[in-house]
Amino acid sequence: MPQSAEKVLDHAPLFREPEYRQMLAEKKLNFECPHPDQIVTDQREFTQTWEYREKNLAREALVVNPAKACQPLGAVFAAAGFERTMSFVHGSQGCVAYYRSHLSRHFKEPASAVSSSMTEDAAVFGGLKNMVDGLANTYQLYDPKMIAVSTTCMAEVIGDDLHSFIQNAKDENSVPAEFDVPFAHTPAFVGSHVDGYDGMVKGILEHFWKGQERTEAGGTINVIPGFDGFCVGNNRELKRLLDLMGVSYTFIQDASDQFDTPSDGEYRMYDGGTKIEDVKEALNAEATLSLQYYNTRKTLEYCEQVGQATASFHYPLGIQATDEFLMKVSALCGKEIPEAIRLERGRMVDAMADSQSWLHGKKYAIYGDPDFVYAMARFVMETGGEPTHCLATNGNSAWEAEMKQLFASSPFGKDAQVWAGKDLWAMRSLLFTEPVDLLIGNSYGKYLERDTGTPLIRLMFPIFDRHHHHRFAIMGYQGGLRVLTTILDKIFDKLDRETGETGVTDYSYDLTR
Amino acid sequence: MSLEYENDGALHAKLIEEVLSQYPDKSAKRRKKHLSVAKSGDDGEEGEVLSECDVKSNIKSVPGVMTIRGCAYAGSKGVVWGPVKDMVHISHGPVGCGQYSWSQRRNYYVGTTGIDTFGTMQFTSDFQEKDIVFGGDKKLEQIIDEIEELFPLNNGITVQSECPIGLIGDDTEAVSRNKAKEHKKTVVPVRCEGFRGVSQSLGHHIANDSIRDWVFEKKDVEFDTGPYDVNVIGDYNIGGDAWASRILLEEVGLRVVGNWSGDATLAEIERAPKAKLNLIHCYRSMNYICRHMEEKYGVAWMEYNFFGPSQIETSLRKIAKHFGPEIEEKTEKVIAKYRPLVDAVIAKYRPRLEGNTVMLYVGGLRPRHVITAYEDLGMVIVGTGYEFAHNDDYQRTGHYVKNGTLIYDDVTGYELEKFIEGVRPNLVGSGIKEKYPVQKMGIPFRQMHSWDYSGPYHGYDGFAIFARDVDLAINNPVWGLYQAPWKTSSSRGRAIAAE
Repeated sequence: MPQSAEKVLDHAPLFREPEYRQMLAEKKLNFECPHPDQIVTDQREFTQTWEYREKNLAREALVVNPAKACQPLGAVFAAAGFERTMSFVHGSQGCVAYYRSHLSRHFKEPASAVSSSMTEDAAVFGGLKNMVDGLANTYQLYDPKMIAVSTTCMAEVIGDDLHSFIQNAKDENSVPAEFDVPFAHTPAFVGSHVDGYDGMVKGILEHFWKGQERTEAGGTINVIPGFDGFCVGNNRELKRLLDLMGVSYTFIQDASDQFDTPSDGEYRMYDGGTKIEDVKEALNAEATLSLQYYNTRKTLEYCEQVGQATASFHYPLGIQATDEFLMKVSALCGKEIPEAIRLERGRMVDAMADSQSWLHGKKYAIYGDPDFVYAMARFVMETGGEPTHCLATNGNSAWEAEMKQLFASSPFGKDAQVWAGKDLWAMRSLLFTEPVDLLIGNSYGKYLERDTGTPLIRLMFPIFDRHHHHRFAIMGYQGGLRVLTTILDKIFDKLDRETGETGVTDYSYDLTR
Repeated sequence: MSLEYENDGALHAKLIEEVLSQYPDKSAKRRKKHLSVAKSGDDGEEGEVLSECDVKSNIKSVPGVMTIRGCAYAGSKGVVWGPVKDMVHISHGPVGCGQYSWSQRRNYYVGTTGIDTFGTMQFTSDFQEKDIVFGGDKKLEQIIDEIEELFPLNNGITVQSECPIGLIGDDTEAVSRNKAKEHKKTVVPVRCEGFRGVSQSLGHHIANDSIRDWVFEKKDVEFDTGPYDVNVIGDYNIGGDAWASRILLEEVGLRVVGNWSGDATLAEIERAPKAKLNLIHCYRSMNYICRHMEEKYGVAWMEYNFFGPSQIETSLRKIAKHFGPEIEEKTEKVIAKYRPLVDAVIAKYRPRLEGNTVMLYVGGLRPRHVITAYEDLGMVIVGTGYEFAHNDDYQRTGHYVKNGTLIYDDVTGYELEKFIEGVRPNLVGSGIKEKYPVQKMGIPFRQMHSWDYSGPYHGYDGFAIFARDVDLAINNPVWGLYQAPWKTSSSRGRAIAAE
């Protein structure tokens, strides 16, 4: 009997015990009707070939292990970045359970959102009644300052019109007439979570800005972070930099406090976020900066329409990307970049110089959201690495073109390949046929790591199986240091593991590296 | 080992009144039917019914209240079909449903993932606007062909419909029928669109029906049967639960010819009607197919409970009685064999946990099934409720809960928070969405869907892990660190160092 009270074995060791191994072997043999081992081995080897890769990449309809989620997740994340705002997702209720779980598993934090709980009758008659009752309940139970409405694909397919539904609900006194209920239609069958983010931020800005007079406040800027699993660390780091510069700024959408509430005995359903007064005031900013272009295309268009200057970045991570962000802020606000920041930059460059021999020529596969992949590829090239495979399931042809332009700008990009719209099962073939040293992505990449042996570095949402990474910045020079250290740790750990065999590889198991 | 106690029914009644007062009238009326305090049951046969849990259940959630429930797709793809490891399960519709449920249920299995098993993968048709406008049947045909080419060792395919499928009028049945014929494979369309029904529950039922209609009697199943053949039904092998159960059932002399559906292959599903007895753990999600197998094939079924030694012993004896003296004799030996382990676990952990109070809120089975396991450790259940139970589940709950227990059906985020605040139990057992709000309040928490990444909790091996996990949750020193010392001198937490 393997189990004991003295040393309790849970699943990881328990099922490796002989009793269980034998039981499972017999189950397979007697009851599972498996394919013969040789056939399984042959197929497994076949999936590692160029021939399989070609078939795999030629897929037109089937999607396997995509690296993207659906629009409403982005909308719920976006709404979490505004003061006392409750997300209200109109449509089927199961979706909302999924968004909440997904966000909680990444942030290890509460994630609140409500559903209008539409069922079959609502599919036939429309969900107006659900909206009317639902808004009243949410308003009364959860005491929000704003309710941000988005949609599941069910409500989109039957064509529910949020604008008129919300008006109807107000007419029926579900919420006071002046209560803020911005909305965004977020069909899951269009785009991905980054577009849902875009739609919801735009919906909120339109709600507050429409029909208002703009009086330009020179030198003030708005910053829109985009969908970012590292918002907790990143937003705080960027604010620190902007404060150092003495810039007048407003973060439009900031979930850094909402997804990082303290444990002190009190559960805060709402914390932090952009104040509603600040959203209103933000209309007057001289410029709006987006940290992630592909997360904010429609929002930026709208900002231009109201007369603001706009600028966008691809996730300011690494040296040059941070330089560009700071210089743009400096130019817009007329503030010098202070010496303290120049010193920070110098320290990060110093670290890169110290470690360059371990990074030069390393090959990477990178996947994730379009802006992140761009940033990561750029940073990798700054370290002398080669971004061999760059993949974004939610990347489009414009992104592909931008990536190619980036690669053309550096000798380290000459062999780089960009894979727009492909999934992680495609990545598996790429890693087998054109192997790399390191894989950068999210927790789903662990299956690729297991299959192909490529070490995985988790720097992208969602990260379920490692804790607290998102609490640290990866943007800016300080964030860059963290990314650099994370990559180096992975390289050194691997090297130590590979040279750790006593009596065989003692010679390479160096104390100082 | 029965633990005698009564809960503070008056406090619980007051808490119900307080939460209801916060709703708009219309919703208060609807929610009132779902909340109650367990009353003393009729003194029928001794020990039979401890209490009555008189709540309405399995009806629509109130909009806008933050129900914790999921949908029919979650019930079918996530629960019933998803764990069948040698089949490819297509999340048919937009990308999200499959993405959020990808690898989250911890249905353990052994196999070569991506080659002959597909459990921790996300296959989706990733619907685009054109698929909504023009229909997705052609795309589905192509998807099935591509699966056959790239994953030829799959033993079948299921088509798990997401919301849009039923709304745009796709005929996934016709596609499945044609493709099954063409590829000579089992292809099962499952109409589990998320808007159907009121929770995960209808998805379970629809998935059960799809086994009846699309799997049973579709092939000639050759299998040499034996006198002690059983199926384990409704064990999803979360954290290895089904394995920790199987080892016991085999030890008492039974032959588990099929496990539904954790670590299952399609062959195990197909041959199920040939078994002598269906042993059902999760009654809520799989009673339908058991009833069908009883009617159609004469396979008897029996509920059992493998949480905690009291229930394990009772269940093993009940199962053994069905098979007669030979099995009964072995069963007594098995119970005796594990008794020292049980005694040692209880001796170690009961003193550390005795008298601690617990509130539960889980799916359709565990809100009652795990109660005795806590009681075996001397703990007291003060409140419990289900996401998607039916009336028959609440009847069964009366066999478990004590007078005065707070009962909440389809609880809302608001209610649960207020109940926990009002009761301040020593432990809450619920899901990922509830975990962090509860911990922020300084109350220890264990996820009771995923076993909080631990497990198994079934069987004797599982009970030791369960006891360890409850202890480490309650007796961790972090709960004593919540208050900054310059703010207050009182400290709520009471840690006991691990032994």
